[in-house]
Amino acid sequence: MSQTIKVNDLVIRFANVNGTGSASANNMFAKAVFRMGIPVTPKNIFPSNIQGLPTWYEVRVSEKGYLGRRDGVDIMIAVNAQSFPTDVKNVRSGGYLIYDSTKTLDPEFIREDLHYIGIPMMQLCVQHFADPRQHMLMKNIVYIGALAALLNMDVKVFEQIIREQFAKKEKLIPGNLEALQLGIQYAKENFNCPLPLRMESRDLCGNKILAEGNNACGLGAVYAGATVGSWYPITPSTSVMNAFEKWCHKLRIDSKTGKKNFAIVQAEDELAAMGMVLGASWNGARAFTATSGPGVSLMSEFLGLSYFAEIPAVLIDVQRTGPSTGMPTRTQQSDILAAAYASHGDTKHILLFPSTPTECFDLTAKAFDLAERFQTAIIVMIDLDLGMNDHLCEPFQWDPSKKYDRGKVMTAAELESGKIFGRYLDIDGDGIPYRTIPGTHPTKGSFFTRGSSRDEFARYTEDGDVYARNMNRLLKKWHTAAKEMPKPEIVREEKSNKEAVLYYGTSSYAALEATDLLDLQGRRMNAMRLLSFPFPEEVKSFIDQHEKTYIIEQNRDAQMRSVLMQELNIHPEKLKSVLQFNGMPITADYIVRCIQSEKSFIPQYEKLELAESLHS
Amino acid sequence: MTYAKPNFRHPALAKNEIGFSKRDYEGALSTLCAGCGHDSISAAIVQACFEMSIQPHRLAKLSGIGCSSKTPTYFLGNSHGFNSVHGRMPSVATGAILANKDLIYLGVSGDGDTASIGMGQFVHAIRRNLNMVYIVMNNGCYGLTKGQDSATADEGSVNKSGAENPFQGIDLCGLGIELGAKFVARSFSGDKSQLIPLIKAALKHPGFALIDVISPCVTFNNNAGSTKSYDYTREHIEATAAIDLVPYKSEITIDQLEGSTELIQMHDESYIRLNKLHPDWDPMDKFSALRNLHLAHSKNEILTGLIYLDTDSKDLHEILNTSDTALNALSAEELCPGLDVLDKINESYR
Ligand SMILES: Cc1ncc(C[n+]2csc(CCOP(=O)(O)OP(=O)(O)O)c2C)c(N)n1
Ligand code: SF4
Repeated sequence: MSQTIKVNDLVIRFANVNGTGSASANNMFAKAVFRMGIPVTPKNIFPSNIQGLPTWYEVRVSEKGYLGRRDGVDIMIAVNAQSFPTDVKNVRSGGYLIYDSTKTLDPEFIREDLHYIGIPMMQLCVQHFADPRQHMLMKNIVYIGALAALLNMDVKVFEQIIREQFAKKEKLIPGNLEALQLGIQYAKENFNCPLPLRMESRDLCGNKILAEGNNACGLGAVYAGATVGSWYPITPSTSVMNAFEKWCHKLRIDSKTGKKNFAIVQAEDELAAMGMVLGASWNGARAFTATSGPGVSLMSEFLGLSYFAEIPAVLIDVQRTGPSTGMPTRTQQSDILAAAYASHGDTKHILLFPSTPTECFDLTAKAFDLAERFQTAIIVMIDLDLGMNDHLCEPFQWDPSKKYDRGKVMTAAELESGKIFGRYLDIDGDGIPYRTIPGTHPTKGSFFTRGSSRDEFARYTEDGDVYARNMNRLLKKWHTAAKEMPKPEIVREEKSNKEAVLYYGTSSYAALEATDLLDLQGRRMNAMRLLSFPFPEEVKSFIDQHEKTYIIEQNRDAQMRSVLMQELNIHPEKLKSVLQFNGMPITADYIVRCIQSEKSFIPQYEKLELAESLHS
Repeated sequence: MTYAKPNFRHPALAKNEIGFSKRDYEGALSTLCAGCGHDSISAAIVQACFEMSIQPHRLAKLSGIGCSSKTPTYFLGNSHGFNSVHGRMPSVATGAILANKDLIYLGVSGDGDTASIGMGQFVHAIRRNLNMVYIVMNNGCYGLTKGQDSATADEGSVNKSGAENPFQGIDLCGLGIELGAKFVARSFSGDKSQLIPLIKAALKHPGFALIDVISPCVTFNNNAGSTKSYDYTREHIEATAAIDLVPYKSEITIDQLEGSTELIQMHDESYIRLNKLHPDWDPMDKFSALRNLHLAHSKNEILTGLIYLDTDSKDLHEILNTSDTALNALSAEELCPGLDVLDKINESYR
């Protein structure tokens, strides 16, 4: 077994039982790595249930700053008997298995190629703590302490985090500190600390933050001035509205009256949630909702109305595996087609694709400006991975001089001055008409909003030419929008490179690393990250420049590739796919394997077994 | 085709307090079948709003889909209107009301729109006590899709093709009371003298006000055997409490009250005068209201008038405790927490 020393480069996975308080202990570990200035990527891998079943938390530590998942587990903290057999199998050769040695290890789980570190976690807790609930909770802190010693981590950082975490329940601090020490002491006395895998403090995180996408979306909506939020619970989007509510309670209560400068309604279903958004936006408030794939389906009819009747709406779609319920707690990018073309008739919607929580904040805020500017639905496409996991990212920024773009709204004064008002009249030649907010003027500017065909003055008509003229104007508006969309990020564009990768959202983390790995093999690729649909013209010219472009996506049917072909009229031969759809965030190794083999194969590795083990 | 009325206004037309004539409350020419009950309801809405001197731009009209839901085009041409999607007017109204609590909201729906596809949203609009008037133009059938039975069609009622409806009908008034609506009325499109005061009182009510109006579909459901036909309705009508709105400014002398009349104060201090026609009717008594609805049903009678009223009503904004300023009128300064706060938030993520 190799004993080369590896610093700040490992994957550690915690296998726990759902509902035993392990989440906060595991978080503590990731946060400590971050505070030591080392780039870290934590991921929750959790089943769709409330309590009792296996749950995992995986932390990647990367000196080089790679923030995607990496295949292969170096250290497994296996404290769940139910998943133990699979957990043992999933450690890479030469890796470490940390287990609770209160009970002796069944010989059938001994692998010759692993290092075993037994810590009598439960026994230590029973000896030092009185109440049984504490035994369970403190066990988690004991293994965190052991890890601190085994990996040579800064104990003060852990102590500080414990003090912060329990600032409001000070009574709990001494016990947690004691449990931490128990783990440290036991590891030091019984094993050669540190292991060859170890951590050293660095200054690689700058002023970055460790934040979650859903939370950032909720905060972005507050900064954007959203006042109406309506939603229906669905994993993994629920925490978007929870975050909005939390921030509103902190930041939006009128100090004099105690009244709320916001309204949040838990709707009776997603249909109603979207209806409320349209009603509120039509009436001049900034309104939004958040959902996942099944909710998007229910919202479809209203999305079509938003497009055709030109009513602003903001929707945060936190994608999960589909179709139907799929694996509701696993990630995918599989609502691309459903969202882009949601609804009946000729309809298409503006999509935004953040990759980081920072962008979740920015693009959610931007979505409100775009929705009002283009008087249509804007769908912010994130996924479970981005929404429900912490990500190392730039701090949130806000330009204090920024004004909200309320779009083309005609005021009472403008109406009074005799400006022509035709609700669907293209006065400026950009396809975007003017609207008025109900209640504006006693005799001018009222109009009737409807999904039936109408003329430029919002009068009902079934004249085919008038209908077609309107549909063409909507298309013109779409082309105007394309010019104002966030530009794609051109990560690398060297003339000599004939191949490129193109990706969006959370695939970016692994894609960036994959291009570095391919570089090492002498296969240099240009790279572009998409941020919006409609596609700005840079997207087409980028693809045109290359003989071959690999589109990296986390869905089965290459949905973004279809949209690219369809919208940009690109020959299918030019676009290759790298597809992963097993519900786990894509890895760099996997991308490299796909590109090398020229195949988009169905992944057959460990995570699928993990998922299956839940049902056995 | 577009239908618009000429803008000509006769100078001699009577004006209301704010200087508008009745024409100012009308809309485009109706394209509904001649004789459709829905047009009479539109006319009653026009009359009620004219008499109440409602500023047309302060009223927003919303509807779902159906012949009935088309009617907002035919009244209050100076009001903003929203003809949404089938059955989902209540959610759109909820959003609109959340955004601006200061407008008057008038929702129009059909019995198909409300009692079938939109039943869920209807129920929740009541539950949330939206401050709106919700008029169901109830013809017991689907007009726009050519006469299928709706969920309010009575059991045994015969539709145009001669088929008998095998299912029980839903009584929207009973349901409304059961769900906690505080203003529940039923009327008949052909009875202007009852319908207009009801609409006026509903507009004054500070919460969800339901008016279920029997509105015969002349084309598909005005045949013998239909319990929503003109003839059947006229023959089986039984009035409950008839009402009148007493405007705020008029002098109120309690002495004038006769035995069967009662004055009820609305939230803006205007009064409605209630004439109890039905001998044992107390619209403030929920249990007797429900009992009488059931009783009438068992006798194949249609009760009309104000069936139930509770003026003590907390609307959605009060329930949510939202700001006194309409949410759509809050400024960016009031809404955006600014950079300093953001820096502190960033700090909490380190
Ligand atoms: C989602 C959807 N399903 C079906 C329809 C077709 N549709 C239009 S109106 C209507 C029924 C209208 O009946 P009702 O609400 O009673 O109104 P009426 O026409 O009788 O006034 C139906 C089924 C539709 N527009 N949308
Ligand atoms: S079909 Fe019936 S409901 Fe529709 S307009 Fe004609 S009469 Fe009225």
